[in-house]
Amino acid sequence: MKRPKVAFFDFSCCEGCQLQVANIGETLLDVLDLIDVVEFREVMSEKWDKALDVAIVEGSITNQHAAERIQQIRDRSKVLIAYGSCATIGGVNGMKNEFELDEIGKYVYNADYRFFPAEKTRAIYQVVNVDYFVNGCPVYPPEFIEVLKAVLQGIPYYVPDYAVCVQCKLNENVCMYDRGVTCLGPVTRAGCNSWCINNGNICYGCRGMVSNPNEKGAKDVLARHNIQMEMILNKMNMYNKCRELVQGGHEDD
Amino acid sequence: MTKKDVNIKVEYLTRVEGHGNIVVNVKDGKLDTCRLDVVEAPRFFEGLLRGRSVFEAQHITSRICGICSCGHTLASIQAAEDALGVVPSAQTIKLRKLLLHFETLDSHILHIYLLAAPDLLGVKSFVPLIETHNKVVRRALRLKKTCNDVCDILVGRHVHPISAIVGGFTKLPKETDLDDMLNKLTGMLPDIEATVELAAKLKFPEFERDTEYVALVNYTDEYPFLTGSIGSTDGVRMDKIDYRKATNEFVVPHSSAKHTKLSRDSYAVGSLARFNLNYDKLHPKAKEIAVAIGMKPKCINPYLNTAAQLLEVVHCLEDSIAIVKDLKHTGIYYDEEIVVGLNEQSKVPVKAGNGVGAVEVPRGILFHNYELDGKGTILNANCIIPTNQNLNNIEHDMKKLVPEILDRNEEEITLALEMLVRAYDPCISCSTHFLDVRYVNR
Repeated sequence: MKRPKVAFFDFSCCEGCQLQVANIGETLLDVLDLIDVVEFREVMSEKWDKALDVAIVEGSITNQHAAERIQQIRDRSKVLIAYGSCATIGGVNGMKNEFELDEIGKYVYNADYRFFPAEKTRAIYQVVNVDYFVNGCPVYPPEFIEVLKAVLQGIPYYVPDYAVCVQCKLNENVCMYDRGVTCLGPVTRAGCNSWCINNGNICYGCRGMVSNPNEKGAKDVLARHNIQMEMILNKMNMYNKCRELVQGGHEDD
Repeated sequence: MTKKDVNIKVEYLTRVEGHGNIVVNVKDGKLDTCRLDVVEAPRFFEGLLRGRSVFEAQHITSRICGICSCGHTLASIQAAEDALGVVPSAQTIKLRKLLLHFETLDSHILHIYLLAAPDLLGVKSFVPLIETHNKVVRRALRLKKTCNDVCDILVGRHVHPISAIVGGFTKLPKETDLDDMLNKLTGMLPDIEATVELAAKLKFPEFERDTEYVALVNYTDEYPFLTGSIGSTDGVRMDKIDYRKATNEFVVPHSSAKHTKLSRDSYAVGSLARFNLNYDKLHPKAKEIAVAIGMKPKCINPYLNTAAQLLEVVHCLEDSIAIVKDLKHTGIYYDEEIVVGLNEQSKVPVKAGNGVGAVEVPRGILFHNYELDGKGTILNANCIIPTNQNLNNIEHDMKKLVPEILDRNEEEITLALEMLVRAYDPCISCSTHFLDVRYVNR
């Protein structure tokens, strides 16, 4: 079998999800037997500007140059994978959308802010078609391998559309609500094996929301623990602010 | 001097973290333009921290950078605790030192093997090395994986650590975890020995420029990583609270990352700066290697930052082993485990304040500064990243280097410049968070 040509591209992000690839260890060499990585700027000087079988894209779209670049990548790629929260849902870059762009620019760069034009943060699917989603901040390596297997076989990968709680219960964690703190597990897509809660922290919603959250159940839980909706929404906006944009990136009202 | 024209324009410099360009223009043998453009789209982290709880700052700021997310975590926690008046326990400090060592090991190994070594071996990336130097690549990936594994044990994962928060840790290592970490760390020793042998054979370019080096300093015997005050090779000593007087940030139009300077036109931070300021405090094994490869302070060849990283790898590994052994000896106090989430149980007392975190992360000294209101909400935030502090110094290096190597062809000049920039192990996502070489054509 001819090895598919694969390239990694990054937009606005911390590049931690790319780093997760290097963190697989020697297994990486087995993966490299199956695919032909033709471009991966963070660790390779080789470049590729021709047709691609698979483009793995990290980061969010935050300016016009990026929007043009992702369109070009889409145009020459058979399969496009949005890789990591910044790419799949906008992630922490989305928090910027809570501010007026000029105001936040001035705050960081003072009067020189005009050197750095910015637009509202958009997730990749809000700009171009996405074939596969690998959620998470950072991505969960076992899930990435699963997605890669699906891509190589040409079959779809379905991101779990049930709450993190399902996996959390199986891991026998004590519910964070019962420990007296709020957690976004009930409304967040599973697939991470409840990584953060296993380590004593709460879910921050980095994998995006389930498509049909149990709103009534969530409201009951909030009422029982006397938690304000505003607080939950504020927490949700840490990763999920971009959900308010519709495709093309305009305000949804 | 040759009266030639050189136009170099490297867009999207590779094997660095983030997006930057190198632009060099020589007209009639005279250097006209020499810049390091940072073209990373700004992400406005400082701006978007405003209005968030200080207990969220660690989670958010660790996302500034995937490579040094543990470093950002620790600087953020230190700034928050400084503002709130929280004093970490002795156990928490030991575990944080361990976490920082793991990150330094991981980051330095990634840089030495995957980012810097290909240049020194004359290839474009580690990929051709899979064929030619298979054992070396396997060793690199094995070392990288082990660093990652010990981080998993300690804080849940290396990229964006989970359990390290303001006040301490949400999960403390079990006794078996300590054994596991100790086994993995001691298991790294033979591979690190092989790394030292390999590195001793590499030939680093010869280039010198005297500059000011800045790093944390202290008055103890400990090589400072987690805490200290600000020191420089020009004799500056100041408390971390005065960090703005040390960095003196300014904006340049060609870079979305700000520049800095102190006593001279530019200064450098990172492994070489720490080596130059704190050489005496390195672990004896690291010092032995320094003597063997002929490195002594004050070393002013920026390419040797990679060699200084190697010395720190040896230091951090030895010190990590010592810390874990110490923790095994004292035992872990599990009653220190905290469930604060976003501090909804008010476990950590909140008050208005202004706090600074200054931590030596792999690429140099990192500052976080938060100003809080009485509810612990962030009013103002400022982060000064090591790569920002190095950008100005790199440009000054380039300006001295280019006239010295004008007899070479354009390709060789480009490579020398790319290697120079990579030696600083820049982290451009962080600094705007950076690198692409562009030679302007006219």
